[in-house]
Amino acid sequence: MDPELIKDCVHCGFCLPTCPTYVLWGEEMDSPRGRIHLMAQHNEGVPMSPEMAGHFDACLGCMACVTACPSGVQYDRLIEHTRPVVEREHTREPRDRAVRALVFALFPYPRRLRLVKPFTRLNRRLAPFLERVHPTLGALAELTPPRSRTRPLPALVRARGRRRARVGLLTGCVQGAFFPDVNRATARVLALEGCDVVIPRGQGCCGALSLHSGYDARTFAKKTIATFEKAGVDTVVVNAAGCGSSMKDYADVLADDPDWRLRASRLKVRDLAEYLVELGPVAERHPLPLTVAYHDACHLAHAQGVRAQPRELLGEIPDLKVREISESAICCGSAGTYNLFQPAPARELGERKAVRVEETGADLLVSANPGCTMQITTAMRRLGRPPIPVAHTAQVLDASLRGLGTVR
Amino acid sequence: MTVFDRLEAIFPPDRVITDPVRLRTYECDGLTYHRATPMVVVLPETAAEVAAVVKACAEFGVPFVARGSGTGLSGGALPRSDGVLIVTSRMRRILSVDLDRRQAVVEPGVTNLAITEAVRDQGYYYAPDPSSQQICSIGGNVAENSGGAHCLKYGFTVNHVQALEIVTPDGEIVEISEDDFGYDLLGAFVGSEGTLGIATKITVRLMRAPEAVTTLLAAFETIEAGGQAVSSIVGAGILPAAIEMMDALAIEAAEAAVSCGYPADAGAVLIVELDGPTPDVESQLAEVIAICVATGSFEQRVAASAEERAKIWKGRKSAFAAVGRISPAYIVQDGVVPRTCLGEVLAGIDALQTEFGIRVANVFHAGDGNLHPLVLFDDTAPGEGERAEVVSGRILDLCILHGGSITGEHGVGVDKARYMPRMFTDADLDTMQRVRCAFDPGGRSNPGKVFPTPRLCGEVPRVRKGSPGEIF
Repeated sequence: MDPELIKDCVHCGFCLPTCPTYVLWGEEMDSPRGRIHLMAQHNEGVPMSPEMAGHFDACLGCMACVTACPSGVQYDRLIEHTRPVVEREHTREPRDRAVRALVFALFPYPRRLRLVKPFTRLNRRLAPFLERVHPTLGALAELTPPRSRTRPLPALVRARGRRRARVGLLTGCVQGAFFPDVNRATARVLALEGCDVVIPRGQGCCGALSLHSGYDARTFAKKTIATFEKAGVDTVVVNAAGCGSSMKDYADVLADDPDWRLRASRLKVRDLAEYLVELGPVAERHPLPLTVAYHDACHLAHAQGVRAQPRELLGEIPDLKVREISESAICCGSAGTYNLFQPAPARELGERKAVRVEETGADLLVSANPGCTMQITTAMRRLGRPPIPVAHTAQVLDASLRGLGTVR
Repeated sequence: MTVFDRLEAIFPPDRVITDPVRLRTYECDGLTYHRATPMVVVLPETAAEVAAVVKACAEFGVPFVARGSGTGLSGGALPRSDGVLIVTSRMRRILSVDLDRRQAVVEPGVTNLAITEAVRDQGYYYAPDPSSQQICSIGGNVAENSGGAHCLKYGFTVNHVQALEIVTPDGEIVEISEDDFGYDLLGAFVGSEGTLGIATKITVRLMRAPEAVTTLLAAFETIEAGGQAVSSIVGAGILPAAIEMMDALAIEAAEAAVSCGYPADAGAVLIVELDGPTPDVESQLAEVIAICVATGSFEQRVAASAEERAKIWKGRKSAFAAVGRISPAYIVQDGVVPRTCLGEVLAGIDALQTEFGIRVANVFHAGDGNLHPLVLFDDTAPGEGERAEVVSGRILDLCILHGGSITGEHGVGVDKARYMPRMFTDADLDTMQRVRCAFDPGGRSNPGKVFPTPRLCGEVPRVRKGSPGEIF
């Protein structure tokens, strides 16, 4: 925990109202300012007690505080550096260790995820039992979306009309396994906007899950960089917020290795919405008579600062109205693996978000991160609310570009 | 039986904090160079719980300090290492909103901005707007009598609180209201910095949002010319919602941090905001622009949209934090001078800069003469911290010399208690002390604040870094 980064914090408290755990509990040590104070204490030699570790574990890593901070404190880097220290110095209960091992052996591996997919329906029925075994297993069972058919994407989708760019598409782990339609829509939108879309086979996890949880992400990062270098693309386009934010951090992740750091810094990574706005529209937008609520995924809005672009893209679609969700800066509680390891606060935040989404009265929720989508739909189901259909920005654009008229 | 046993009987375990690592996160508020780890922290959720804690403190002779969001800039919520810290951050319900009577009743942990957000859609707002309004608690605002950029026209917290439910230092729950007969206890309580008890329920006035708001940015070659414009505007009988000024150093910092696009080469910029019925605002705007031109302004910009208005304010809003980026450390000072002496005092500050080799950036509420000089220094350079501290104190001397005050809105707290004798005679201080003793004869409610205590020999607080808390 770099004392120089800690020193940037002037203790003004502007981060508190955007911190989800402070919003829930109102306690200093579960706020960014308090956690930075704990980091400083640890640097002074205070050992990593279970209490201290608990407050770091309770941080969602949503980075809303980074957006709110007027002094430019890099809390994102601070917490990313703190998590491995927690893993090293804090001994978790054997049960917790076991479920963590399970999650990290499963999620970053798309093929393994696809193997467990047939059991998802069974999962939900087993949820109460699994909940008793370990809360993380209960949350896991509750969150998994219903099965969907996966058809492999082609290795190359050619640009329609004049070719303007050659981009790579990261298919992601959870996105690829549970939301394959989002990847198909992304590829179509990019192609319709004049991009050759390269979808390298055998791409693995980008390392986001590990990086955001304090585990070593370097192997994942190197493999992903090598894959896209080989694909010979101008830009890697990412449609999952968490993945995009971790890929943009590769140079920091690989800082110890000059060669890899250089390769990382040469890899141009863009979120889909960010990329489409940079590229500028050419394809015709057909009307979509819909009212949508746009949900800011934390790793898009806060970690990548991509807030205006998705709204701009949606706003350009004729007949489509965009409504804002109140408290949009507050995380929905998904936060990577957070809803698995901290199910209680995650549920509370999920329900809070579900209520705010419902208040908008929108026909459709637009969410650009698979984790958020699962989290919010699960919360709505738990609250017994009529489910609101959820689509990725890519799917809404796809529907408009293809003139489908309505999205379901 | 100890006070701990009593607290554990009042609260569930998760609302009494005794773990030393956790306790230390409460060691300071927004002013970080005074630190003390509280003996115990409690997180009440009701007035009855606050009263129970305060009673327990009375019984065991233990001091207590109330804290809201911990954003104060005078150390008013500095804990006592032998005392209980009562944190109101979980008392954050808006209890009722009555638009017909234009009032809302809220708990002390509700943030200042949350009140406005609750009524904004209906066309109302809560007027006092401290820079930290997104997080500072209304209970803290009551304790400090907080202001903000717009208090020039609309007044301070004391003008917007209609009634309070308080827990007295004996642990009694009492209601005081502006409608009460007799002495103005409400007026005495607001701004008492936690020395008279703890507010547990606050009835605030809601204001109708103005029909029109317009914001002007005027650039001047010198700060004196800007100051002249301020005097002329007020002298012309115009009462803007806000008049803010920034000097060249502050502009440079803000520009570097947020690229707010203020006119280049300006020695000072003035932000004038006018609000009210549209025809009034329009005619006043024309008059203000004419005055600015007459006093030497070389560029005037009027915000054409809400976005442009936000952009003008962004530079001002970010000035404090931005200064932190151009200087390793700084002290945020808060003093008041009569508006007519603005020029002289600024010249005096200028002389201090030269004399001590310390830079001072000026950001202030020019309309009511509330200065926020930012004394910049390098905390790693030997002796610079001490020199900055001297400059900071001398600025307050200048304010007093010109008939001003040692604090405009940040409060006395622990930080300025030592300056009180420069402004008040012993007889003044004794009189204040008597008022305090009438409420708190045991001296348990936030002791050690406001009133000067004998200073330790040669004590120079270790200044880590200033705080950007005050932005508006």
